[in-house]
Amino acid sequence: MSQNLGTSPDEVQFRFRDDEPVDHGTVTVDSALEQTNAAAVRIEPGDDARALLPFLDRLALIEVNFPGFGDGRGYSAARILREAGYAGELRAVGDVLIDQLSHMRRCGFDSFAPDKRLDEEDAARAFATWENVYQRAADARRTIPEKRHEA
Amino acid sequence: MKILTGNDLRTGAVTWWDGSSWSLHVNDAVDVGEDAEEILAREVAARRVNVPYAIAATRTIDGVRPAHIKDRIRALGPTVRPDLTLKPQDPQAIDWVI
Amino acid sequence: MYRYDSYDQAMVDARVAEFRDQARRRLEGKLTEDQFKPLRLMNGLYLQLHAYMLRVAIPYGTLDARQMEMLADIADKYDRGYGHFTTRQNIQYNWIKLEDCADALADLATVEMHAIQTSGNCIRNISSDHFAGAAADEVVDPRPYAELMRQWSSFHPEFTYLPRKFKIAVIASEKDRAAMRLHDIGVRIVKNDAGEVGAQFYAGGGMGRTPMIAPLIRDFVPIDQFITYAEACLRVYNRYGRRDNKYKARIKILVHELGAGEYIRQVEEEFAHLLSVGVEPPTAELERIKAHFELPEPLRLPGQGAGTPLPSGGAAESGAPGQARGGAFDQWVKRNTHPHRHPEYVSAVISLKPAGGIPGDATSDQMRVVARLAREYSFDELRVMHTQNLLLPHVAITDLPAVYAALDEAGLGAANMDTIEDIIACPGLDYCSLANARSIPLAQRISERFAQTGRTSQVGELKLKISGCINACGHHHAGHIGILGVDKKGVENYQLSLGGSEAEDVALAKITGPGFDEDGVIAAVEKVTDVYLASRTAGERFLDTYRRIGMEPFKEALYG
Ligand code: SF4
Repeated sequence: MSQNLGTSPDEVQFRFRDDEPVDHGTVTVDSALEQTNAAAVRIEPGDDARALLPFLDRLALIEVNFPGFGDGRGYSAARILREAGYAGELRAVGDVLIDQLSHMRRCGFDSFAPDKRLDEEDAARAFATWENVYQRAADARRTIPEKRHEA
Repeated sequence: MKILTGNDLRTGAVTWWDGSSWSLHVNDAVDVGEDAEEILAREVAARRVNVPYAIAATRTIDGVRPAHIKDRIRALGPTVRPDLTLKPQDPQAIDWVI
Repeated sequence: MYRYDSYDQAMVDARVAEFRDQARRRLEGKLTEDQFKPLRLMNGLYLQLHAYMLRVAIPYGTLDARQMEMLADIADKYDRGYGHFTTRQNIQYNWIKLEDCADALADLATVEMHAIQTSGNCIRNISSDHFAGAAADEVVDPRPYAELMRQWSSFHPEFTYLPRKFKIAVIASEKDRAAMRLHDIGVRIVKNDAGEVGAQFYAGGGMGRTPMIAPLIRDFVPIDQFITYAEACLRVYNRYGRRDNKYKARIKILVHELGAGEYIRQVEEEFAHLLSVGVEPPTAELERIKAHFELPEPLRLPGQGAGTPLPSGGAAESGAPGQARGGAFDQWVKRNTHPHRHPEYVSAVISLKPAGGIPGDATSDQMRVVARLAREYSFDELRVMHTQNLLLPHVAITDLPAVYAALDEAGLGAANMDTIEDIIACPGLDYCSLANARSIPLAQRISERFAQTGRTSQVGELKLKISGCINACGHHHAGHIGILGVDKKGVENYQLSLGGSEAEDVALAKITGPGFDEDGVIAAVEKVTDVYLASRTAGERFLDTYRRIGMEPFKEALYG
């Protein structure tokens, strides 16, 4: 028996995708490994995101939970999934705050369902904080070192 | 006695609850008895103080004396820079701390 | 020296704007203190005992005169006319107001400075050898590699909420002047047999409550994979470092609990993966950065000079004709200068340890004097040393008398580098909200005592380090003599330890026994030096004698 958890599309405050959101709940990583039909899964901070790699094709939504904003394991989980080619929705849920948005975006999150709705104006500013970036991440942005040495 | 102390949110200055507001001087501190939690919650919400807490202190003839050396140093200022303390003219002030 | 281009400048400016906005939201009540705290910390803003404290980054300890002058201006404009230089080559201001902080950061940004990641659970300011670029014994200048890391680690999206803070040091010589193996990651830039430059990595060192010396985790990382390897080290730590207990969250605990072998295995796996992903900056970037660190023209001596030690007595005798010389000057030259790769130059240490003074503190006026001297005599370059002193890296030997005269006049002429007066002391209970006991008054009393009795030069090299609590910002574990302040039922108490070293002969100090009160620990330091003086053989430093005779004779003198 797996228990449905996760956020519903209504709880998603920011979404940077054009496809239809998955409208059913997510299952835990453990259940996803057993249940071959689950299309949505939720990663907790202690879960190994790499356990999902064999099943990425069938997943349309991966939620990464941030029970507390100070626990940064979810950033690595997100990048690992993107580095493995995961192209479905990657949703940051839980204690997601204004000042984490730009970093989360860079790590590959493309939707955000914060526990507490965020101020739209503050969030818009936060997403736009970095006009340029120093290091490679899960987004396709050209980095400052790359721009410096463009032909 | 039980007194409340914290730092001013804007300036960071050490402050003491004097019954109606936050004073820079420990001698203005009042005994809050059972009301500590309530006052702290209200004052934090009003953003008049940052990370305040309750401490034990005694009232002596010289004024209010926090029980722990850390709060006495907070009440006066750095012992190694008497010129930057609240009592720059008083060479004996440091002795009160220790 | 590295200079910002428009990208670097825009990043720092964006950060100022971001912080200004965060401070506004805090003051408007949109952010709670719990939410704001990590944000202000990532901009170096602490709440200390008396006020907010701002820690400004001085990347790998290098700065120029204009920057030092700005530090002085900030001390006057937003603080109380002084600053405190720290063991991680930063500067701290003790009296900054939250409402002024963004303005101070904006001023800093005008001279290519910032407070980014000087605190918080992120990759901190990268430290390096204070003699970098000048030392006769370095393989290459380590700073370009540190700068490459600075950029990579700035606003790193994945590593901003690590289990705990993360400190990196980069050196490039056998001698370790940056406590490299006491960092979360220590890097030594090396050359292999084929003459190629690469990086040796150590991981899992640190001080704090569980001090550990970092084991070697890779002997040679090709330089075009340098950042990728660092990223692998960090990712393994971010994923598996402990988050259940703040005191076990540093990477040293992970490396220790996994065992170095297992940590290495995981890093190698991640490294292989990341190599396939491609996260390394283009190699041209390192070349671009290196060009910034080319020595000024007169100092370039390809092939010759490098490695030549200072001719003994040479510096003292070679002042410009007609300039006053004397015992004090000779002493200073002997004690406070270090061989330069160019035989006609030295690096000159500016002691921030006047006997009886506050270690690491400098007034705004002193900062301006130092800035002027850098401009006139050191190719506009200055360094902050991890010993809480300043340094003029490139001084012509013939200029030493003039430099010394100006320093002496500004109260900066103490000739005590690496002596018992050159005490490292953290701010302790006079400023720090985490402290158990005061550190500074001890340093003041000990340095005064040794200066008065004239024992300082008799004792010679002796590194005394004092921390006001177990966090060990004063590096007490690495002191030849270490002192740790503890709280004994509300009263300050001090633990003495012996035999530590942060240098290439790295070692952790051992506690002598029961602690002392303030007077007691000062007397104990004297007794310990008595034992040393009575037992040493020719040429032995305190540390050497301790290593030879062991703890017993010292214990006997202290408690017998
Ligand atoms: S060692 Fe402790 S007392 Fe000293 S500065 Fe660090 S945290 Fe503060």
